[in-house]
Amino acid sequence: MNAVDEPILRVSNLSKTYAGGFEALKDISLEIQKGEIIALLGPNGAGKTTLISAICGIVRPSSGQVTVAGFDIARDYRKTRALIGLVPQELTTDSFESVYNTVAFSRGLFGRAPNHAHLEKVLKDLSLWDKKDNKIITLSGGMKRRLLIAKALAHEPRVLFLDEPTAGVDVSLRKDMWKIVKELRESGVTIILTTHYIEEAEEIADRVGVINNGEIILIESKTALMQKLGKKQLILDLSESLSALPAAINRHDLAISDDGMKLTYTFDTQSERTGITALLDDLKAAGIQFRDLNTTQSSLEEIFVNLVDESSEKNSAAVNGAAAE
Amino acid sequence: MNLHGVMAIYRFEMSRTRRTLIQSIVAPVITTSLYFIVFGAAIGSRIQEVGGVSYGAFIVPGLIMLNLLTNSISNASFGIYFPKFVGTVYELLSAPISTFEVVLGYVGAAATKSIMLGFIILATAALFIDLQIAHPIIMLAFIVLTALSFSLLGFILGIWADNFEKLSVVPMLVITPLVFLGGSFYSTEMLPPFWQTVSLMNPVLYLVSGLRWSFYEIAEVNVWVSLGSVLMFLLICFSIVVWMFKTGYKLRS
Ligand SMILES: Nc1ncnc2c1ncn2[C@@H]1O[C@H](COP(=O)(O)OP(=O)(O)OP(=O)(O)O)[C@@H](O)[C@H]1O
Ligand SMILES: [Mg+2]
Repeated sequence: MNAVDEPILRVSNLSKTYAGGFEALKDISLEIQKGEIIALLGPNGAGKTTLISAICGIVRPSSGQVTVAGFDIARDYRKTRALIGLVPQELTTDSFESVYNTVAFSRGLFGRAPNHAHLEKVLKDLSLWDKKDNKIITLSGGMKRRLLIAKALAHEPRVLFLDEPTAGVDVSLRKDMWKIVKELRESGVTIILTTHYIEEAEEIADRVGVINNGEIILIESKTALMQKLGKKQLILDLSESLSALPAAINRHDLAISDDGMKLTYTFDTQSERTGITALLDDLKAAGIQFRDLNTTQSSLEEIFVNLVDESSEKNSAAVNGAAAE
Repeated sequence: MNLHGVMAIYRFEMSRTRRTLIQSIVAPVITTSLYFIVFGAAIGSRIQEVGGVSYGAFIVPGLIMLNLLTNSISNASFGIYFPKFVGTVYELLSAPISTFEVVLGYVGAAATKSIMLGFIILATAALFIDLQIAHPIIMLAFIVLTALSFSLLGFILGIWADNFEKLSVVPMLVITPLVFLGGSFYSTEMLPPFWQTVSLMNPVLYLVSGLRWSFYEIAEVNVWVSLGSVLMFLLICFSIVVWMFKTGYKLRS
């Protein structure tokens, strides 16, 4: 049907301006391959939900194009929407329906013939089978979250959007959820999730996208990202306190602790010269002794905060300069 | 055509009725019985025949219309308003289903309920009076077309409304007065000429008159004019719904 390398999702120059004139998405372009797990990170109001909503048909794009498995979301909406499952950020359910009925409803709504075995499997995978006859109103928050996942999986989608799936979910459930996500991926499902928890992206995603102020500031494989943007720090515990940085070593990018007992040197692991040798030489020349040294690498979290800060500075005129959570 | 989708909506809406059986069916039956007791038996015994039929029989078509209109509107408007209100509408908007299919599901269910209700009222009426129906096919046409077009109107109302007040204002402040002033419980011939003319501007008059003609062959306006106006109303409502979905009016931002 499609060329082998046709991405399962292609977003080209997508923009969205809401009725009030607020530009929530600015010329977004990205491609996602079949079977990938993508984590979208971004502060509150960055545009993550808007992006997902535009792809799923809940929000009307102002301009740009989106294709799913090669089909245009406007022209071939029946095909694209049948391929997509969406777990929304908000816990919205029909309180008085039973668990089983609401999942069966979702399957039908998405155009699939009834399939009891599939629904049973989905509900069992999400530990909801014993609640199948319960009214939704009697479920806990975490159960409702799982129910929304079950509804999204009811029609066997090939692309699954999870908008902050772990908000309000306990640790063990979170583990179960990642297990399900990984199983889905093994069956060829592409997963796009948003989260505020960097560890989550670090743990589960193949690629990480960072959105801020309606722009994709970066989308990269997790490992490349960590390598490329990961800064290392060399921390030196001095033998004697320094009141100020001596002129001899001032040319290095050094920070001194308040008590003058620690020097921190930040360097880029990717650059050809880390400058460590030169620094150590200069320290020796200046007669500064140290007792211990160690290095630390920045986590994805720090990378993320840095990126968002940078892009927010660039957009300081923009309406939404919220800092990362 | 996403038939599974249409059926899913239809079934969901019908099961909502099952949960509110008392409100949906028992209440109208009781109200109708009260009408017959008060208007038909108590007051009706002092009113002479209207157009050759007893007063009790005369008001049957009006009563059916009253229930048909108010229930079609409230069923359909609530059906689509509620998902908007609780947020579950996201599923509808992201589903591979066309405007027409969504309308078919919601309006189909609302109309089905109203039609069933119409027959329940008819059956209730039969307990109190000696019913005669001259043109059952025409009667059926009026009931079905009215249920459909006012369910569509209710659907529009449900999409337009952004609070519960708006949702109840139209049935209460628009439909009920129109039904009462539309010759449901009297013949406009009983009115002074000026008010007779004013009444002709009331769309409900055409519905009541048409339905009454199918029962007793007495009418305020020609039955074909009545039928034509219901059809036109149906068409107008449907066009509005199509426009709403095309533009995403109050549904897609
Ligand atoms: N219907 C709407 N009308 C107008 N503005 C909107 C609408 N929905 C969202 N916005 C605005 O668009 C921006 C992006 O919102 P969005 O919900 O996409 O952010 P998000 O990245 O999902 O944030 P969060 O992490 O808080 O969920 C916000 O500034 C928000 O106020
Ligand atoms: Mg969001």
